[in-house]
Amino acid sequence: MMLEASSLIVCPVIVPLTAGLLCFLSRRTAFFASLSACLANLVGVCLLLGRSLSGPASYHVGGWQAPLGITLRIDGPSLLMLLMTAVTGLGITLYARGYFSFRIFFPKRIARHERQERFFWPLWMLLLAALNALFLSADIFNWYVTLEMVSVSAAALAALSGKPASQIAAFRYLLVSLLGSLSYLLGVVFVYKVHGVLDLNMLRACAGGGEGMHLALALMSVGLMLKTALFPMHFWLPPAHANALAPVSAILSGLVVKGSFYILFRLWFDVFPTCVSPAALNLVGILGAGAILWGSVQAIRQQRLKLLVAYSTVSQLGYLFIAFPLAYLQNDGLWSAVIFMALAHSCAKSAMFMASGTIFLHFGHDRINDLAGTRKCLPVTAFAYAIAGVNLMGLPPSGGFIAKWLLLSSSLASSRWWWGIVVMVGSLLSSVYVFRVVSRLFVVPEDLPVRQCLPRSPLLEWPALVLALIALLLGLVAPYPLAVLDAGRISLMLSGGGGP
Amino acid sequence: MTNLLYSLGGVLLFTMGFFALIACSHPLRKILAVNVMSTGVFLILVASAYRPESAGNIDPLPHAMVLTGIVVSVSVTALALVLACRVQETSNLAFLKQQRNGSEESGE
Amino acid sequence: MMMSKPGISGRRRFDPFLLLIFLLVLLLTLILARAVCTLPMGGEGLAGEVARFQQQSGVESPVTAVLLNFRGYDTLLEVMVLLLAVIGVWSLATASFVKNSFATSPVQISVVRLLAPLMCLVAAYLVRQGTHLAGGAFQGGAVLGAAGVLLLVTELPWLSVVPSLLLRIGLLLGPLCFLAVAILCMFSGRQLLQYPSGEAGWIVLLIESACAVSIGLTLASLFAGGRPGGDVSDD
Repeated sequence: MMLEASSLIVCPVIVPLTAGLLCFLSRRTAFFASLSACLANLVGVCLLLGRSLSGPASYHVGGWQAPLGITLRIDGPSLLMLLMTAVTGLGITLYARGYFSFRIFFPKRIARHERQERFFWPLWMLLLAALNALFLSADIFNWYVTLEMVSVSAAALAALSGKPASQIAAFRYLLVSLLGSLSYLLGVVFVYKVHGVLDLNMLRACAGGGEGMHLALALMSVGLMLKTALFPMHFWLPPAHANALAPVSAILSGLVVKGSFYILFRLWFDVFPTCVSPAALNLVGILGAGAILWGSVQAIRQQRLKLLVAYSTVSQLGYLFIAFPLAYLQNDGLWSAVIFMALAHSCAKSAMFMASGTIFLHFGHDRINDLAGTRKCLPVTAFAYAIAGVNLMGLPPSGGFIAKWLLLSSSLASSRWWWGIVVMVGSLLSSVYVFRVVSRLFVVPEDLPVRQCLPRSPLLEWPALVLALIALLLGLVAPYPLAVLDAGRISLMLSGGGGP
Repeated sequence: MTNLLYSLGGVLLFTMGFFALIACSHPLRKILAVNVMSTGVFLILVASAYRPESAGNIDPLPHAMVLTGIVVSVSVTALALVLACRVQETSNLAFLKQQRNGSEESGE
Repeated sequence: MMMSKPGISGRRRFDPFLLLIFLLVLLLTLILARAVCTLPMGGEGLAGEVARFQQQSGVESPVTAVLLNFRGYDTLLEVMVLLLAVIGVWSLATASFVKNSFATSPVQISVVRLLAPLMCLVAAYLVRQGTHLAGGAFQGGAVLGAAGVLLLVTELPWLSVVPSLLLRIGLLLGPLCFLAVAILCMFSGRQLLQYPSGEAGWIVLLIESACAVSIGLTLASLFAGGRPGGDVSDD
């Protein structure tokens, strides 16, 4: 009995998958199975990180080589996404434990809470496995299967709260992600028809292919943008994310949207860079700019905290897309800023949703205007929210700052200053919606009615703070993840730049 | 030639389903529309299994892909149907009102 | 359905928005149709590759070889999608097994008695046949599922009588078996899902049989539309 060292690469898929099946089988051990799976996943990804600094690695599932079998591949971007998923996933698992124990502790509607906890764990573990599989895969049809796995589990999770609003939102979410997957699949069909292979490396080698490939790429991209909620197609995101349970909102906003974005990123920058035209890049950039502005304005207008956070997700996703036209024309690898942004946003947004969920649990509502003096009851949570907000605004030490700085400087350097202006205006708007909440959380008015503080649970408060701090400190350790990205760069064909 | 006919039929099904998905507001119709769309994609996929270059050989890969796709679509359809039923049960009144008003909330 | 019908036909008179969408969809149809007609069919696909390694795959049917050997990883994840659908459905609703107010007719009972074992037999045959002809776990599972649905619609409350744990074990049988085989393959220095050479045949059959049972149960549970009553108390 011996395991080959290269088998470590499948650990992020296999471990949560096993845990998910066990969670469904037995309810009592669900949390401990999930927790140990998350820990094992984190350890596995860290080991992979240590090993992969020398360069990208690939793994042939079933021992079948590329055109026939499915290849898993690990390089800089996929490694960082895996790390992001592992860290955020561990935080969410701990938080969810605190969340459900807190709710079950109060005997109101206990049956509903037990049902939610019962089904949360298997769905969450399988979703984690699906996301990891997505980040590892190097096969366009395997991506489709993982995408479907992600969307089924995400929709089921979104409907878990049982409220009519959340179910309507989940239904719409399911339909939209189904439409996105179908559009993606049609693109895959066209690609297979033209090239006869599904493996990314082989597709990159036979790039080109004329008009058909443009159409295929367009179909895949539109489907993925729909799933990533790019600006005009974002309509489903705020209700689905805002009406779900708090840990679910953190999962959906922090991790799930990154899955489809990662595929899009891979397709445009890695596999089919020759099929991408400058016009398409500019279009995506404009949509991203629209997302930044529209999402921020909507976030400022919201009256409910969770909706505000959800709209801020729409706006933050815009930054990921505005980087497309900038990154493509630059040779110095600005695309690492995109991955970096996704990393920081994932941690910060999960923390923000967790903090909002804790506030909701304690007050029984999340009307922003009635949140004055939250600091008194929940100091750690208020602090976590503020730090996550710092990251969204892009103030100096945070990871968001580094990413926005990279965007800004490259837009000025390439004399495409208009993108830079959008980035700055977006930051200003985001500071408006962050301060709107933070000022209420921290300023305790004189005549604050004495509010009964519920007993605090450390699992509810600390994961959010730790994740927010990670997002904040990401800026200080920025050279390290950028080095990891460089390690994987060998496999990315960006040296040419410039487009066809 | 038959191959092309199937492909065109698939395209037609796909876009018809797409139109119905946008135009119809009833949840059941939307689910059906998505199903029609996926059938269209599978039809194109099956048609692409015929490779004239490979001497009468039929490529088995699209068949396996279609089988995978069908299973996925069955499970998603089941989930969507149950979800739609739950929506109808728990919020019948609110949902109908929303539908009648035709507000943008019920758009997709 | 009936409720919304007058509303729709009332709105159908003329809707410029709808017309615009119709035109756009028409444009999309034309673009796609043109692409389908002009797409170059590059290469021969993977037919040659599959034929080349058919011997090593342990089965004679190329489709089964692709599904369970060459691209077994896809199928592993796809089985999980089915399981996810069941978990999602169970999380949403409790199955309502309506008691029939009048007795089930004797004809119905005898037809079911005749058909159900036959369908199980056909399912087993389909799974067995999948190794060399068309057929396999999904086809067999579908027939099994149809048998389950037949029992459900004749109001034989089998799904609510089976203990929840047993049902869950049945649902997990296929996925767990598949996953266990995949992991066991990794020991002794092979890759994930790399079957020992020469033994692929019976392993594939084992996976297919386990999956067929689970898929049948899954489809029947999906049809029932919710978790059995004993699983978690309702709210």
